[in-house]
Amino acid sequence: MPEDLNWAIGGEAGDGIDSTGKIFAQALSRAGRHVFTSKDFASRIRGGYTAYKVRTSVDRVESVVDRLDILIALTERTIHENEDELHEDSVIIYDGERSTMQDVEVPGDATALEVPLKRLAEDAGGAIMLNVVALGAACEVTGFPIENLDESLQKRFGDKGEAIVENNKEAARKGQEYVREEYDEDFDYDMETTDNDYVLLNGDEAIGMGAIAAGCRFYAGYPITPATDVMEYMTGRVDQFGGKVVQAEDELSAINMALGAARAGARAMTATSGPGIDLMTETFGLVATSETPLVICDVMRSGPSTGMPTKQEQGDLNMTLYGGHGEIPRFVVAPTTVSECFWKTVEAFNLAEKYQTPVFLVSDLAMAVTEQTFAPETFDMDEVEIDRGKVVDENDIDAWLDEKGRFQAHFAAADGVSPRAFPGTTDGAHMTTGLEHDELGRRTEDTDVRIEQVDKRQRKVETAREQEDFDYREFGDSDADTLVISWGSNEGALREGLTLLEEDGYDVRFISVPYIFPRPDLTEEIEAAEDVIVVECNATGQFADIIEHDVLERVQRINKYNGVRFKADELATEIKQTLDTPAEATQ
Amino acid sequence: MSSDVRFTDFKSDKQPTWCPGCGDFGTMNGMMKALAETGNDPDNTFIVAGIGCSGKIGTYMHSYALHGVHGRALPVGIGVKMANPDLEVMVSGGDGDGYSIGAGHFIHAVRRNVDMSYVVMDNRIYGLTKGQASPTSREDFETSTSPEGPNQPPVNPKALALASGATFIAQSFSSNAQRHAEIVQQAVEHDGFGFVNVYSPCVTFNDVDTYDYFRDAIVDLDETDHDPSNRDQAKDKILESDKEYMGVLYQDEDSVPFEEREGVEGSMAEIPDGAPEGAMDLVREFY
Repeated sequence: MPEDLNWAIGGEAGDGIDSTGKIFAQALSRAGRHVFTSKDFASRIRGGYTAYKVRTSVDRVESVVDRLDILIALTERTIHENEDELHEDSVIIYDGERSTMQDVEVPGDATALEVPLKRLAEDAGGAIMLNVVALGAACEVTGFPIENLDESLQKRFGDKGEAIVENNKEAARKGQEYVREEYDEDFDYDMETTDNDYVLLNGDEAIGMGAIAAGCRFYAGYPITPATDVMEYMTGRVDQFGGKVVQAEDELSAINMALGAARAGARAMTATSGPGIDLMTETFGLVATSETPLVICDVMRSGPSTGMPTKQEQGDLNMTLYGGHGEIPRFVVAPTTVSECFWKTVEAFNLAEKYQTPVFLVSDLAMAVTEQTFAPETFDMDEVEIDRGKVVDENDIDAWLDEKGRFQAHFAAADGVSPRAFPGTTDGAHMTTGLEHDELGRRTEDTDVRIEQVDKRQRKVETAREQEDFDYREFGDSDADTLVISWGSNEGALREGLTLLEEDGYDVRFISVPYIFPRPDLTEEIEAAEDVIVVECNATGQFADIIEHDVLERVQRINKYNGVRFKADELATEIKQTLDTPAEATQ
Repeated sequence: MSSDVRFTDFKSDKQPTWCPGCGDFGTMNGMMKALAETGNDPDNTFIVAGIGCSGKIGTYMHSYALHGVHGRALPVGIGVKMANPDLEVMVSGGDGDGYSIGAGHFIHAVRRNVDMSYVVMDNRIYGLTKGQASPTSREDFETSTSPEGPNQPPVNPKALALASGATFIAQSFSSNAQRHAEIVQQAVEHDGFGFVNVYSPCVTFNDVDTYDYFRDAIVDLDETDHDPSNRDQAKDKILESDKEYMGVLYQDEDSVPFEEREGVEGSMAEIPDGAPEGAMDLVREFY
């Protein structure tokens, strides 16, 4: 048998698939086993097909595979949907007494266990517990100690009273006993437990937790799949630390509220998914031009338009990288694992405040809904560092006042980063705007000031390139001729894929890139490789495009952005100067 | 220190580029007077503005200010106030900014009832884009984009506000300096969302809703037996389409601001140097 076990429960939305799966995943996690979950779900509240899948092992698991060992099928469709993943040792648990399941044909050589789930649940106190009966049956098949399930049931139903918990424990035992008594088979599964303590959480929860740890106190958002979990996580929890979540009337409002809160000095965030990012785009430029620190999280799903709201895609990269009219200095950070969702969120807040500009935190559906086990110290809060950047207060604001005593909120500092005074700071009153402005924040159309402010804002990116460590993560054989590059949630699947390739004699170097902009320079790595493959969940290869662009020999450029069109004599002069300057000097 | 603050302290040294005679001068002066009268100073005041002639106000006033994008000033103001309830937040907008592109935000800002004031400079025209119909333009008002008039009734923002659960609705006229400043002051002092629609005539593009028109048409509620605490009376006044009222139309004295109901206490700007105390409990929840 393989070291890991793949388990699933499937049925219709509304059947309690999610909570049952979660109960099982938590039981495994508490039993010291690693867990990696995934979901198949449709964009509907009731009906349709939905499944919760759990991959578990005593070793770390970081991806899903095409193999299903135990399947709890609440509907016949569940079996068909997963047919390709079943094998000769697979076990299917279903209620053969249900009218819709009486003629079920189990595909291939898989073992079918007919368990009267509903009847046994009723015996234990209520038909509603039929899923738990199935969990008990699964415990018997897999040799998983049912006591671990008890703890998980306690956690799930504790709020509803001890009687409910006891009934559920009883339901699980009825399932276990039924299989033990009716099926005298030696199921070839043995689920070892360990003494390890793990926590189990998904990418959205990790982002929310990271935000609170990083001092985020204001969150405004609008519900949208698959970003809603971030908002739901923060609701109630951020309040305990003096913060607030506001459900806005739309995404335009959400990002503007977050902007207002950030302007008032709070660490603020909004999160959304593709269609919501479209609406927020209007405000990207305002965030950048007013030099407001803001974390904007995009948990991607299949687009364009409303696309497939419950399916995976990494199609918004260009949107976060280029979205918004005009030119917007920004950072785009894309966590590659669930735990990195936590750490990159912390980093996003620091980047936002250090450089006073929007930071896009790009995650995706696969990461958002995947629950994974971690040692708690993976999220060691003592390691969280906060850097608020150049905040000035009453004591040092004098250095930033002009000769008339006015605060220079957009001072054209050499590193591109101006001082920042939270409202309420004495002598710090200042205006800021999305209009081009001078150092005091006042509107201007002066061509020199325009250039000064554009350059100043763009310098932040250069400063960050120098000061920050926008590095990649590397796996596999660093001398291999084949280089695979990826970003976002593909990392886990690629790492496991790499070991499969190694078994087949392929040497591969794998680079996982968590920083989209600024990003690590991969020129050397690409030039050293014979084959370069970029892996991403989209149709056009958005990241491949920018990587290709990076390694092209650079064209020389003439740029003008003071608000005035090109003039003939000016262009002739510029071109002459460009031609007379060695190309490398202009790079 | 606040007692030393004069309304001119809220004035910046930037000369307004509004047309000579524009109603917005008076509207702004009233806002500055109201802020000074209520004991605020520029360092604890945050002005948010949208786009249009009204949007320029942050530049001409001296305070913390943000001039945002078209129609979105209210959400910004809400964010500021939620993050720091100690700040005095005043939002300024125009009839286009507030009742057209920002109409959705207006309704929700009203029902959210955050403790801030919203002063709308209503000139019944798009001024800065040079004379197109606005949501409050009269049905037959001829403009460059509505040669025969918009052919649809104007928005009644006070009715929208009342229907949305407003706790303070007032109307003012920029040219009546004293009354205007008093009305805005009442909005600032109100515990909740203080909404003031200000007739602020556009002398360049609107030759119908002029100073003369408003002077003749306006009825001061203080000179009537209007009871602002009576919602039904307020409703009747607000729905009288042929009347232009000045004063507080409706005020709910029992209003409790959103941030108070939500239990927001003090500024969110101060955070610890590292993760907050007890943060490991957030991790333990996932056992």
